[in-house]
Amino acid sequence: MTQSEQRHLSDEVSSKFGISVEDYMLPARDQIQMIDDNGALRPAAEQGTEPGHAYPIPGAEELQRGYEQLVIGRRVNDQNSALVRQGRMAVYPSSHGQEACQVAAALCLGEGDWMFPTYRDSVAVMAKGVDPMEVMTIFRGDWHGGYDPTQYKVGIQSTPLTTQLLHAVGVAHAAKLRGEDTVVLAMCGDGATSEGDFHEALNFAAVFNLPVIFFVQNNKYAISVPLSSQTVAPSLAHKAVGYGMAGERVDGNDLVALMSVLDRAVKLAREGNGPLLIEAHTYRMQAHTNADDATRYREDDEVKAWMAKDPVNRMRGFLKGQGLLTEADEERIAARAEETASYLRDGMNSEETPDPQDLFRWVYATPTPQLIEQSAMLADELSREEDGK
Amino acid sequence: MSIVTTSSEANGNVSAATARAAASAAASAPQPVTFAKALNTALRDAMNQDNAVTIFGEDVGVLGGVFRITDGLTAEFGKSRCFDTPLAESGIVGMALGMAMNGMRPVIEMQFDAFAYPAFEQVASHVAKMHNRTKGKLPLPMVIRIPYAGGIGGVEHHCDSSEAYYAHTPGLKVYTPATVTDAYRMLREAIDSPDPVVFLEPKKLYWSKDTVDLEALRLEHENKATPSMEGKAAIARPGTDATLIAYGPSVSTAMAAAEAAAAEGRSLEVIDVRSIVPFDDETICASVRRTGRAVVIAEAQGFASVASEIVARVQERCFHSLAAPVLRVTGFDVPFPAPKLEKYYLPSVDRILDTVDQLQWEENA
Repeated sequence: MTQSEQRHLSDEVSSKFGISVEDYMLPARDQIQMIDDNGALRPAAEQGTEPGHAYPIPGAEELQRGYEQLVIGRRVNDQNSALVRQGRMAVYPSSHGQEACQVAAALCLGEGDWMFPTYRDSVAVMAKGVDPMEVMTIFRGDWHGGYDPTQYKVGIQSTPLTTQLLHAVGVAHAAKLRGEDTVVLAMCGDGATSEGDFHEALNFAAVFNLPVIFFVQNNKYAISVPLSSQTVAPSLAHKAVGYGMAGERVDGNDLVALMSVLDRAVKLAREGNGPLLIEAHTYRMQAHTNADDATRYREDDEVKAWMAKDPVNRMRGFLKGQGLLTEADEERIAARAEETASYLRDGMNSEETPDPQDLFRWVYATPTPQLIEQSAMLADELSREEDGK
Repeated sequence: MSIVTTSSEANGNVSAATARAAASAAASAPQPVTFAKALNTALRDAMNQDNAVTIFGEDVGVLGGVFRITDGLTAEFGKSRCFDTPLAESGIVGMALGMAMNGMRPVIEMQFDAFAYPAFEQVASHVAKMHNRTKGKLPLPMVIRIPYAGGIGGVEHHCDSSEAYYAHTPGLKVYTPATVTDAYRMLREAIDSPDPVVFLEPKKLYWSKDTVDLEALRLEHENKATPSMEGKAAIARPGTDATLIAYGPSVSTAMAAAEAAAAEGRSLEVIDVRSIVPFDDETICASVRRTGRAVVIAEAQGFASVASEIVARVQERCFHSLAAPVLRVTGFDVPFPAPKLEKYYLPSVDRILDTVDQLQWEENA
């Protein structure tokens, strides 16, 4: 694609919103925020939207579906954290407090769309439809991944930072070459935006005009390092501009705003308008993982201040205020969440030992003679151990 | 946003003399110290001795590193001496190279073995080659600390044994300590080295303890009272029947195997390689010539590995003294497994003893 063709696309989008290309690419002046900390709908003038950045409120059904996933997500986070404390699980990077981002990420995608999550995005992966126990395989310590990415159209949760964004770009490029209208959501955190791969992924996606949405959950800390030590950019959303793509920032604890902003991004990407970068402002309420001591690097007051912005409470308040959530709905949703939690508990409590021969099974599509030999060696070793008992 | 700051950050460096006086007041009789504490003390002492020593990486500041190896250094020396970088391994290594070019002695942390791979371009193409490319005009005194290997039930990309990549790259020195004393002494030596050192820290040893007088080690090091350890293997346990050659995380397993063999009447010598590059052919071959038999033990995958190199060198140099081929006990040639499968992968005492049994002993020849 030539530069003039790219320019043409941006012109098209900007004229669609009645703004200049520059205004289209720049994030709105303030983060998009539709409901306040208590769940009340903010006046239109205070939602952060401005010409070219107007976002409609999603439909009632979509909002209700989102809330249900939000409650399930919270329950999953709490259940898994408890399982780690009980020694049932090796490690769990909780997304407690970030559930709105997780849910919006999963719900904005269509059936054929792909998601590329990080290790902290288990709730998003479940909300996209992956079996919760399959998601937990990696944290339980059974295997380095637990589900089939092609079945669910979800990349394996990535432990190294940012590397998966380039894979997302590749999946999008393949889809484009085959003439499919697949959209790919590539997820990362604030720290990851400093990695070299972040630059390469954004630039490739922009140059090849690919339908990739880079969804940055800015939860303010990369383990112990605060955002202020990560970047001095006005916002992470501004990073998009240099690559020739649009950026937007949104309240990451406001499910209504998140769903609206991501829905539009998916629509624009699917229409062939190229990649977008969405930055969601949220907060990691718990430590990085159970091995981390967050009190070393952040103050209680800061954590408490974010409690008031809890995404679950805000969404509940909003739906109740709109008359979209009855007592019966709440009971049904709580039961669904409990079902998922008990499914996870049961799964974790049934102690399954992986077969040692699994070590050799999937290193190559065609095993090497050396591996066959090593596999026989281990089998012999284990059988002698068995005999010795 | 709250960043914990301390008065010493505001004031800059604590004077070396003050810190040293405090350190010697604290150190009385030798006490049990952890491997992690020895590394932490080595960094502190090196910073006190030389203002050019600067530490940086991911989470090394206020948090003190995810393994707390840099604990307290920012508070003591200020943010200009020990600081967090943005999250970018290639950036950390590349910047360290530039700082070393311009008179500093950077000591950087890669947090976890497999997270150092994005920096491999900087390590292999630039750090390793700068001295050579500049015909010796530019020595590159820098230390790349990498917590490595398994045995801690870590998730993927947290347990790799990456020593072969570095050992295979000319221009890098590669050290890996296995004892608390060596942790201190080798890190101090790595920092003093005019060459870039990849300093591999076995994660599973961080919490191991030994009774060590760190203050005595400091004085020894700073007075150059002991010979250099670079390229010097240690005899970790003397023996007469066969030599077990190990390094880093495998030394303790080899020691346990030797202990078990002794109970069965077989005397095994254990060699701790310590410095992979440069490599100590002398100590190792002298041992193998004495015992006539050898097994090399390493956690890394065996194919094209450091263990392979050791076997080849011993075979080349000791052929006429050998009563049996030199054998290896290594990890399988598979990606480092998930926690629940780790025990089947790691070289175990039994696997070592089985291998020793295969060394063509007369009773079963």
